[in-house]
Amino acid sequence: MSSRDTVFASIRAALGVTSQEAPRRQAVADRIASHPRGVIPARGQLPEAERLALFRDMVIGAAATIDHLASTAEVPEAIAAYLRSRNLPMTILRGADDRLAALPWERAPALDVWIGPSDGRQLAGLSHAFAGIAESGTVVMLSGPENPSTLNLLPDHHLVVVDAADVAGDYETVWDLIRARYGESVLPRTVNWITGPSRSADIEQTLLLGAHGPRSLHVLLVGGPTR
Amino acid sequence: MSVEITTPRFKDNAKKALADLPLQGALSKVGPGFIGKRAAAAEKLPEFDALRDSARDIKNHTLAHLDLYLERFEAKAKEAGGHVHFAVDAAEARAIVTDICKRLGAKTVTKGKSMISEEIGLNDHLAAAGIQPVETDLGEYLIQIRGEAPSHIIAPAIHLNKDQVEADFRRVHAHLPPERDLSEPTSLLAEARGELRQKFLAADVGITGANFLVAETGTSIIVTNEGNGDLTQTLPKAHIVLASLEKLVPTLEDVSQILRVLARSATGQDMSVYTTFSTGPRRPGDPDGPGEYHVVILDNGRSSMLGGQLREVLRCIRCGACMNHCPVYHAVGGHAYGWVYPGPIGSVLTPALIGVEKGRNLPNASTFCGRCEEVCPMRIPLPKLMRHWREKEFERHLTPATQRFGLGVWGFFARRGWLYRPATRLAIGALSLLGRTKGRFAALPLAGGWTQHRDFPAPQGDTFQAQWRARQAERRAASGRGVH
Repeated sequence: MSSRDTVFASIRAALGVTSQEAPRRQAVADRIASHPRGVIPARGQLPEAERLALFRDMVIGAAATIDHLASTAEVPEAIAAYLRSRNLPMTILRGADDRLAALPWERAPALDVWIGPSDGRQLAGLSHAFAGIAESGTVVMLSGPENPSTLNLLPDHHLVVVDAADVAGDYETVWDLIRARYGESVLPRTVNWITGPSRSADIEQTLLLGAHGPRSLHVLLVGGPTR
Repeated sequence: MSVEITTPRFKDNAKKALADLPLQGALSKVGPGFIGKRAAAAEKLPEFDALRDSARDIKNHTLAHLDLYLERFEAKAKEAGGHVHFAVDAAEARAIVTDICKRLGAKTVTKGKSMISEEIGLNDHLAAAGIQPVETDLGEYLIQIRGEAPSHIIAPAIHLNKDQVEADFRRVHAHLPPERDLSEPTSLLAEARGELRQKFLAADVGITGANFLVAETGTSIIVTNEGNGDLTQTLPKAHIVLASLEKLVPTLEDVSQILRVLARSATGQDMSVYTTFSTGPRRPGDPDGPGEYHVVILDNGRSSMLGGQLREVLRCIRCGACMNHCPVYHAVGGHAYGWVYPGPIGSVLTPALIGVEKGRNLPNASTFCGRCEEVCPMRIPLPKLMRHWREKEFERHLTPATQRFGLGVWGFFARRGWLYRPATRLAIGALSLLGRTKGRFAALPLAGGWTQHRDFPAPQGDTFQAQWRARQAERRAASGRGVH
């Protein structure tokens, strides 16, 4: 008997089941097919303007920073302004994402933009989020040819473009968006939910930013009603 | 670090811990830090308790259908190009991991925080096979360089102060300039970041635990604040996930319910910084990510817990709230519990995993104050389960003879109400009379274990039962007169 068989036999013996019971199989199949939503906090179900305001507040509450821009055309200058304000070199590494490629980079001529995954030597990385989540100020990053996961983790400063139209109230809305893109029950290799910059409180419970991941997370929220 | 089990010496461990001043200094910060943060986070979310009910129900459903959800997880993980291994016990899990590392010619492996790795003593085993394991969670790194076990589920080095960390860094990072300033936590963190960054980039294999496995998609999930587990699994050639079988949840919606209570219960954050969902290895065209993805699913005695009361323990999501709120944990810290899992959850899980003979002290190390159950996001009835173990201990005649004798005498009276009532009235009356001047006793026959450390309060009047009867009679008389 293989270890796999031993484990399954032991589970079934303890549960007093055979695995062939039709109602049990049906219950499992139904739950997976219908993936019911449970309790959704009221704050995850706000109308657009309040939702964006909550997103902004929660991003800041998670110790990240945020710029709310009227249009994507403003992104390159906002990146340059961020790097300048932190005394960082005018260099940024980004993924091959079409939405980032389409930005009017000529509007920030001093900015040196590189494309590819990070090997740990870059101070600033730029990604495009798949979505934002207002209830916790989270950005959702999907891995893929255009979106290296290393950009989310290795640079000291992680800048993330989020389209206001992609800011959902809750996590469940984002799962449905991912299903619409990738199909039922399929995820990209990596989905990163990121809520603020890296931190640790392992030394005397003193909370410090910049443990192993980015020391700073900067969100560039584009479009939608500003307040 | 493979852990020597000192649980049978819990009383000695506790005595030493109480006399350990640096430890007591560190422990004094546990309650004030965690309790307020959790309370504030729960307060800010009106749906928090409803989410706890939801989380409990999801896990109950999953555990009742665990075989089927495991089958589904396995099929989906394989479909995504992953490998799923089942391990009956610790030795088998260690062998599976070591074989993968050897096949890949791994020299160093980085590790995200994993309680299962501690449970199976993986690090010693890897080192013995010539593979260097490097813990990357800051707390885990600290205890690894000290050769210690974690003293807390989510804050493994909570027993240390910064001076101890500084001394360890000077000892282990001997290649760095000795005159460097390490007096502040910020400089200690910066040094650890620099040292570990090299390890992340050099590692051949990354090993993480799993907070959850999602049956719907064949996905493993880790939750971190540092980003260490995420780097561990992204950079090397292979990612190995160590998970015990109760980590399963059915769907992405289900795990989202539980994630809403996890960080709030643990650190008081609305959400931890990094929640990373991994499904299979690097895909065609991906610029980064591991080339191989393995999930090792460990039983190690858990499947047999599904059959009885202990099934409820398997709902645990390892948030640490129970120990953060436990007066016993606050007093003695995690190492006194003598194995991998401390605090109230350790007191119910440890006897199940190492046997009630070795673990019997832990379910007794409780005041039954009930705070653990009050704050448990998965609503695990921890005091009830500790009582379950005390009953098992008694049934199996592991309880010391004097205690059994005392319980026997009490049981004799308690089963005979006509005898119990006058006997207790007599005893209480006598004690009340004897203690009337001081109101307490410095010494009492048969109660030396108590009075050695504190006075025994003298009874102030009649027995509880007698007082209760008198009050009930009074109330009846009062309502009879129409007075409310």
